[in-house]
Amino acid sequence: MNLKHTTAAVLTLALGASVAFADGHAKAFDSAIKARKGQMQLYSHNLGVLGAMAKGEVDYDAAAAQAAADNLVLAASLNAGNMWPAGSDNSLGNNRAKPEIWANFPDVAAKAGAMSDAAAAMASAAGTDLASLQAAMGGVGGACSACHKAYRSR
Amino acid sequence: MARIFGFLCLLACAGLAIGLYLTRPTSVDAAQFDGLTANTENGALVFHAAGCASCHAAPNADSSDAPILSGGHKFPSDFGTFIAPNISPDPTLGIGGWTLIEFANAIQEGVSPDGKHYYPAFPYTAYAHMSAQDVVDLKAFMDGLPASDTPSAPHEVGFPFNIRRSLGGWKLLFAGKDYVLTDVDTPEIERGRYLVEALAHCGECHTPRNALGGLDRTSWLTGAALPGEGDVPGLTVNQLDWLPEDIAYYLDTGFTPDFDSAGGAMTHVVENMARLPESDRNAIATYLNLFP
Repeated sequence: MNLKHTTAAVLTLALGASVAFADGHAKAFDSAIKARKGQMQLYSHNLGVLGAMAKGEVDYDAAAAQAAADNLVLAASLNAGNMWPAGSDNSLGNNRAKPEIWANFPDVAAKAGAMSDAAAAMASAAGTDLASLQAAMGGVGGACSACHKAYRSR
Repeated sequence: MARIFGFLCLLACAGLAIGLYLTRPTSVDAAQFDGLTANTENGALVFHAAGCASCHAAPNADSSDAPILSGGHKFPSDFGTFIAPNISPDPTLGIGGWTLIEFANAIQEGVSPDGKHYYPAFPYTAYAHMSAQDVVDLKAFMDGLPASDTPSAPHEVGFPFNIRRSLGGWKLLFAGKDYVLTDVDTPEIERGRYLVEALAHCGECHTPRNALGGLDRTSWLTGAALPGEGDVPGLTVNQLDWLPEDIAYYLDTGFTPDFDSAGGAMTHVVENMARLPESDRNAIATYLNLFP
């Protein structure tokens, strides 16, 4: 094997490795993006249970409301760190996360903390009565939209 | 030969004169405000319905009943980046020194006090339908907001779009239109039309635009691509597939029927709509329900 062939072989290997790396990177993003969308789905599913009662579409059920509110607290308690790898933003075309998330981490963490607080407030209200549940909906909605306003497109 | 040349010169001059005449900045009919007195409470509702703070408050400012309209928010477009100006009541850096007629010319005609056309990033083609009373009330409310001494930044718009006179031609093509919905059978639908088509200017983001940046009114509220926001959804019944009460609830809380919550620029809209009476959110929903 002469020098020319060696160089070509090394280049080919390097190229192959970088393609494999890029592919692995995209797959890692894919899993993380699915995971955080799953977390959001946990929020919206349980908010749907609470919201249907708040809107009067279904009868108030203290036990069902409490279970949904407790799920919100659990969903908000997930350590989200590994679901938001740098670069997994809306430029990928498969999610709506704005790149500003990764430039404003303290603010993002504060907004996540506000979501936990709102979920806890809902958990202490949802099982009491319908009026308490309805009053707590605004706080949860405010926490959702505070983050979506700054860090999600649409 | 000289006679033909002279005739052609005359024709060119006449054409130029007609062109300049047609593209001239216009002024409102001042008589529409005769005898009107201001109601700042209604002015606040007009202000929130028209979404003034969504664009003119400082970027990342918190939602407020009395926002500081210092400007600075950037709006990328195919024609350059527009930067919202200071429209706080500061007498020199804001619009506190404006007369009612100057204010009305900006809102209803898209013309500045020094007689220049504004870019249609400012939705004056929608605001043109604003009633005289609402203009008076809006000005009174905005005169009472906190002043800001932040200077307005120039738009980042290159040639040829930086020739403001050409906007007179744009207005000939796309401004001064009647309402899209021509038949309003009930006061609620009429109110919904006023909110959607005039004050809240929903079509500015939810209707696609043509190559010249004019709204494609034949595809009214069918969704569009918006720089910085991505695909803005269509609001027609078949596209959105929400009940009118879902729409009213969304505009109040930000929650979709699936309990996702609004994001991006729409969060500003929800903050504004939540400040209106429930009857207004219902009127918007009733209006949208008329577009299959």
